[in-house]
Amino acid sequence: MSKRLEQGGRLIDRAKPLGFVFDSNRLEGYAGDTLASALLGAGTTLVNRSYKYHRPRGIVASGAEEPNALVGLGQGARFEPDQRATTTELFDGLTAMPQNAWPSLGFDAMAVNGWMSAFMPAGFYYKTFLWPRAFWKHVYEPVIRSAAASGRPPQEPDADRYEHFHAFVDVLILGGGIAGLQAALTAGQSGARVLLLEQTPHWGGRAPVDGYEIDGKPAERWIAETLATLEAMENVTLRTRTMGAGVFDHGYALGYERVSDHMPGDGAIRHRLWKIRAKQIVTATGAIERPLSFAGNDVPGVMLASAMRDYVVNYGVAPGEKVVVVTNNDDAYRTVLALIDAGLEVPIVVDARDRNDGPLAREAMRRGVAVECGAAIMKVKGKKRVEGVMLCRANGTGGAGAPVKCDAVAMSGGWSPVVHLWSHCGGKLTWSDENAHFYPDPSRAPTGADGKPFVTTAGAASGAMGTGSVLTDAASNAAEACGAAGYAVTASAAQAVDAEEVPMKPVWVMPEQALPELRAKMFLDFQNDVKVADIQLAAKEGYESVELTKRYTTLGMANDQGKLSNINGLAILADSLNAEIPQVGTTTFRPPYQPISFGSIAGEARGATFQPLRRTPMHEWHERNGAYWEPVGHWRRPYCYPKQGESHDEAVAREVLATRNSLGLLDASTLGKIIVKGPDAGRFVDMLYTNKMSTLKPGKCRYGLMCNENGFLSDDGVVARIDAETFLCHTTSGGADRIHGWMEDWLQCEWWDWKVYVANVTEQSGQIAVVGPNARRLLEKLGGMDVSKEALPFMGWAEGELDGIKARIYRISFSGELSYEIAVPAGEAMALWSKLLSAGREWSITPYGTEALHIMRAEKGFIMIGDETDGTVIPQDLGLGWAISKKKDDYLGKRAQERTHMVSPDRWKLVGLETLDGSVLPDGAYAVGEGNNANGQRNTVGRVTSTYLSPTLGKGIAMGLVHHGPDRMGEVLRFVATDESVVEARIVSPVFFDPEGEKQDV
Amino acid sequence: MSEAVTALGGASSAGPVAQVEERTIQGMVTLRGTLSELAPAVEAVTGCAMSGTRGIEHAGDAAVGWMSPDELLLLVPYAQTGEIVAALEEKLAGVHHLAVDVSDARASFRLEGPGAREVLARLCPVDLSPAAFGPGDLRRTRLAQVPAAFWIDEAGAFTLVCFRSVARYAFDCLAEAASGEAVGFLA
Repeated sequence: MSKRLEQGGRLIDRAKPLGFVFDSNRLEGYAGDTLASALLGAGTTLVNRSYKYHRPRGIVASGAEEPNALVGLGQGARFEPDQRATTTELFDGLTAMPQNAWPSLGFDAMAVNGWMSAFMPAGFYYKTFLWPRAFWKHVYEPVIRSAAASGRPPQEPDADRYEHFHAFVDVLILGGGIAGLQAALTAGQSGARVLLLEQTPHWGGRAPVDGYEIDGKPAERWIAETLATLEAMENVTLRTRTMGAGVFDHGYALGYERVSDHMPGDGAIRHRLWKIRAKQIVTATGAIERPLSFAGNDVPGVMLASAMRDYVVNYGVAPGEKVVVVTNNDDAYRTVLALIDAGLEVPIVVDARDRNDGPLAREAMRRGVAVECGAAIMKVKGKKRVEGVMLCRANGTGGAGAPVKCDAVAMSGGWSPVVHLWSHCGGKLTWSDENAHFYPDPSRAPTGADGKPFVTTAGAASGAMGTGSVLTDAASNAAEACGAAGYAVTASAAQAVDAEEVPMKPVWVMPEQALPELRAKMFLDFQNDVKVADIQLAAKEGYESVELTKRYTTLGMANDQGKLSNINGLAILADSLNAEIPQVGTTTFRPPYQPISFGSIAGEARGATFQPLRRTPMHEWHERNGAYWEPVGHWRRPYCYPKQGESHDEAVAREVLATRNSLGLLDASTLGKIIVKGPDAGRFVDMLYTNKMSTLKPGKCRYGLMCNENGFLSDDGVVARIDAETFLCHTTSGGADRIHGWMEDWLQCEWWDWKVYVANVTEQSGQIAVVGPNARRLLEKLGGMDVSKEALPFMGWAEGELDGIKARIYRISFSGELSYEIAVPAGEAMALWSKLLSAGREWSITPYGTEALHIMRAEKGFIMIGDETDGTVIPQDLGLGWAISKKKDDYLGKRAQERTHMVSPDRWKLVGLETLDGSVLPDGAYAVGEGNNANGQRNTVGRVTSTYLSPTLGKGIAMGLVHHGPDRMGEVLRFVATDESVVEARIVSPVFFDPEGEKQDV
Repeated sequence: MSEAVTALGGASSAGPVAQVEERTIQGMVTLRGTLSELAPAVEAVTGCAMSGTRGIEHAGDAAVGWMSPDELLLLVPYAQTGEIVAALEEKLAGVHHLAVDVSDARASFRLEGPGAREVLARLCPVDLSPAAFGPGDLRRTRLAQVPAAFWIDEAGAFTLVCFRSVARYAFDCLAEAASGEAVGFLA
């Protein structure tokens, strides 16, 4: 049973008790506790159920490597699943729920999976559920998903705020243990701009707990003094609660700062994602202790030896009162001493090595602790908590065991450097036989654009295991990084000695010859329930690659990514394959080091600033006047302006009829406007457009088509010739930025010697279309410009002042009506809009939206990019041959349009479609032909591209692409709707209204 | 007489360590060409020397900002924009160039206060330390998800320009970033 000790706990403040709730139990901890230490202090050892077998699980570790203690933290809009109790700082009122238990943590109905574990071997998902096929979707998957329920997603929008922060530094140091502090000291002295990040709230890492001496004083004092020195350096920034999350190309790194997780709801932002550009990165990420693989090593109460002394020394918490320590190295003896110092009992130290007469073991024995060498734990007794262990010989099969009573087990299988950040961007590893771990190979570091290393390691992250070596390594590597960043400095490390230790001995299975029934209870990956037997089975089944074994067995997957399990797992795999560990290698280390919140990734991109919304100068007027919006690119355009009680369809019909019969008004500001200027401008527009644009006279407009180099229609619009060297190209609303980029691409990369400049001036003008038989009367009423047929004929433009506003008016029509598009400076567009509205009242001027625009263009048979085109349509398909110059040598897409498939008479071509019953054809519906294709699908002969109810004609009209369409005028096609009903439609001309174009040219 | 209005009607927002407000309408001209060929005309018309790479030169109420190896942003009084473009056209007769009034295509903001640098550092991937960015510097970059450019005056106040259609978005981002306390990284 774990408990709070009467004394001790260097990080907690016993004067500040904090109340919290776990699994609906009200508990108490202290300021400075983590949720894990508070739970242990309150006597809670069972914190979760495992993912697959729902075995009872307790806290194993004290930091980011913890695999078991994941909780659902908080409530409502501040609920978040999968939070690690070991890295969650306790605050008053914290609420946490265990995640994998149903109906309760103490009694879990799914624990039946544990009895069945013999039937759930490695890869069992793949093996078991292949047959019968239909069962996967309806039976197996739902059952597995609910059984494996880990964190539940939050149900409410996140109440917190998040932000990004861009930081540029010379040297970034990740990890604030003694190595990171030493590295920062060295780097700070070099004059470089230094940023030091530490993921926990405390500096100094393990050193104070381990009780080292540095520069002749206790580590804790050296840390405090070093911090004070660093804080006084203007070129050094220190940041706790900020994890180095990832290292990327070109010295880019992510820091994840948990600004207010420890004081939620106080108004501060919750997380800040640091986007850091560093010339050099030093990872001082320390090392993680490995578990030992013995049967029952997952029973609550079995804990890493280092974690156990963390809880005792840092938090005054005893994970057990009678602790068996099992180890293959000397470091675990520090836990023995810490436990004895705290007044706890250590009945025996089980040391897998044949003999140990080192100073640490001697000290333990001097204090009266029995040390049993050449021994092993055969198995742990107890289910929901440790009740004792059975001991056996280290090199045996575990056949016969001697019982020892205890309520906790501290285990140490050696230490592995945290190489994640080194490896994220390609740093390679080397195997150390001495320490049985992978460590960074400095000769194969991640390299930057100059081919030189930009990441180095410091301290235990380099594989340095003694205090003196850690500090020396940190100082010299930091000095090297500073030199590479352009700041020379002499490395001068704080003084410390490496403690004398007896060499460790690799132990991957305990006991060495363990029988199969024991191996089936030795957990490698606690989070994913992967056992020694699973890896051995996978190897037997032919899984030789460590990456495939990971996926097959789930070893090292999920939330903790195998921080505890990877090395042990691949050692077992290597052994099973009769290979050396370095030959098997590791799986790939990918960012982030630990999961980071979605909120921090989103930063400011939520709510009103989720995505930029582009607004025209008349946007607010539209909003005030009830516009129903349609997204067009990042713009919002009014789809229609429904009046009180009016449906959208009714509003659209009213807008069309008002425009056709009298006067309509359209906000066309979103239309793309690109200036093309220079001596070669004519040549350039001739290449961009399919027709001959260079012959256009100043003062005139011409409609043109743009194709991509594959011949497909890409954009269209009206070009106005401004002067001899200048064209103004109108593009579609959604296409302006794309076409601008397209032009720059050709000018910069292909035709760099052509004398042409382009500028995107889309937003300089507000553009308003005045449309309808009374359009001219309205402009004449405003006055200032001659807009008569003679002065401003169809497809002409003119400049002047319209009622005092500087304007350029284009006589162009997308509706078939008499129409003027008026461009004015954006800052005055709203003023013009208001003038037009009030002056037009006598003709019942009616603002109309995009749907009315679409209907009127469809009545005229005008195509719409994105409706009639979909990236596979060429202008020839659309009857636009008239807009393709036969005289030009070349234009973009010309060569492509000559390819066989493009000139095939079998291409589907544009026609009009009219239902026999006057109904509206379903959009996108296909016309069916005779017979089936090779895949057994019904043959199709055409499809609907645009379809509307025409208020003008009082019936459904449509356009479509039909096989041999133009040759089949009058034929009736059968279109099938999604409900499989059939609609018959006759092939007609696509121009339904005013085919002679008399109305627009008046 | 022009009665041009800005996109946001002079919106403003004050945070604990920085304030943001929309500026009145600013005359702006995009001028493209070979910069060395443009220099005499630019100096004659604006009084500004040619700015260096990623720089801005001021003279009176005019300024010339470097936008790319072949593009300048001229800042001039709004009412004079038309005359300035005409004057440039005249002086650059025979020189291949493009000069166009973009005053109305843009919105501009003033950002000031001790936390101003850290407000921009939340939104722009730019080194905003005083050592790396000071008066005379200009950055054409992105502000969250939209293009923007900014420069700083001797008093530490930033002027930022972006496209007019996203003025509200830019303002909201700036105001939100300015609502926080100091990060403590930039002086």
